Amino acid sequence: MTVPALEADALGKRFGRRAWALRDCSFRLPAGRVCAVVGPNGAGKSTLLALAAGLLAPTEGTVRVLGAHPATARPRVGFVSQDKPLYPQLTVAETLRMGADLNPGHWDADTAHRAVAGGDLDPGRRIRALSGGQRTRVALALALGKRPELLLLDEPMADLDPLARHELMGLLMGEAAAHGTTVVMSSHVVAELEDSCDHLLLVGGGQVRLSGAIDDLLAAHTRVTAPAGADLAPHEVVESRTTGRQLSAVIRPSGPLPDDWRAHTPSLEELVLSYLRNPAAPAPAPAPEILEAAV
Amino acid sequence: MVDYRIDRRSGVATYVQIVQQTKQAIRLGLLAPGDKLPTAREVVEATAVNPNTVLKAYRELEREGLVEARRGLGTFVRRSLGAAPADSPLRAELEDWAARARESGLEREDVAALFTAVLETHYPEQAAHAASAHTPQGDPS
Repeated sequence: MTVPALEADALGKRFGRRAWALRDCSFRLPAGRVCAVVGPNGAGKSTLLALAAGLLAPTEGTVRVLGAHPATARPRVGFVSQDKPLYPQLTVAETLRMGADLNPGHWDADTAHRAVAGGDLDPGRRIRALSGGQRTRVALALALGKRPELLLLDEPMADLDPLARHELMGLLMGEAAAHGTTVVMSSHVVAELEDSCDHLLLVGGGQVRLSGAIDDLLAAHTRVTAPAGADLAPHEVVESRTTGRQLSAVIRPSGPLPDDWRAHTPSLEELVLSYLRNPAAPAPAPAPEILEAAV
Repeated sequence: MVDYRIDRRSGVATYVQIVQQTKQAIRLGLLAPGDKLPTAREVVEATAVNPNTVLKAYRELEREGLVEARRGLGTFVRRSLGAAPADSPLRAELEDWAARARESGLEREDVAALFTAVLETHYPEQAAHAASAHTPQGDPS
């Protein structure tokens, strides 16, 4: 119950002698959450997911998946990487049969078929003849059919049309509702994840910039409009800009705000953008473990 | 049955939209006492919203005494709301009034403004209460 779905401690990955792709990442994701991994291109999102899937070994630090080493946890984890690797010479039907054969005893044929059914896919079609979006459906079908406890999806919606995106996101949420599946999905389009996710992992410059329940993160920040020249201390400032006579800022308040400031709760997108625009913005203190455990 | 439609641009928190649409359905008699709400799975498959959002909305409705969760069976409507079922005489009068408003050349916005103004004259407290209930996550700007 209290075993986190994903837990990283000072996790880092370096490819050869190049710069660090990911460094000093520490976070924990409670089980049962739907987590958005958000960040600009090249931020380290894919590296993080591949480390969690056990496809890469960390250069330093540790990552634990469902309380175990990623390699041990693999039978309980579904992973769809960005390039959706499938066997091009197999047909759709053969690919699903392969999924059933590789997951004896826990293959959910019904869910797998529903994932491909919406796409009007001919089961006799070979994978190599499919469009990018159709291939995504088949890859998701394989991952869902495995009935995993943790689903790791790297840019799952990138090549889907809006209708397919809505339908497959609905299917994913349905799995999460029915089986308590933890879902971790990366994207650089925040708006597309806002309604579906309840947890955020913001990655930027190889670091975890923000991590926590989205409701808590939004509640901890305030978007304020104040007269130009207003003193923002002692609040922690994520971003501040002055236009004419007006100062607008995103802050983490550490006390009551003056009466002449207008204060709003930021949207998720505003919050994410304010951190990404300001790489030097201080990271919030991690939530005490006791709070995470209580959820 | 109720079919939730989530408007992401409305500025109203998603769980509040589900609460409001459920109440609206109960008020109009589309949901009657004893009726079953759709399961969280059914709602999230249709809307692609997070399951916890739906559960939060259902908990809120339960807290208000409108529905009750029966373990393993689902969530059921406990009581009706207001006295304005879809086929009441009051509704017929309002239909008649709306038709006349349209005939006399009023635009949709004119009618909505007029109706809201009259509503607020007769239900001042409730209007203030409804507004404050939205503020926690909704953005007024």
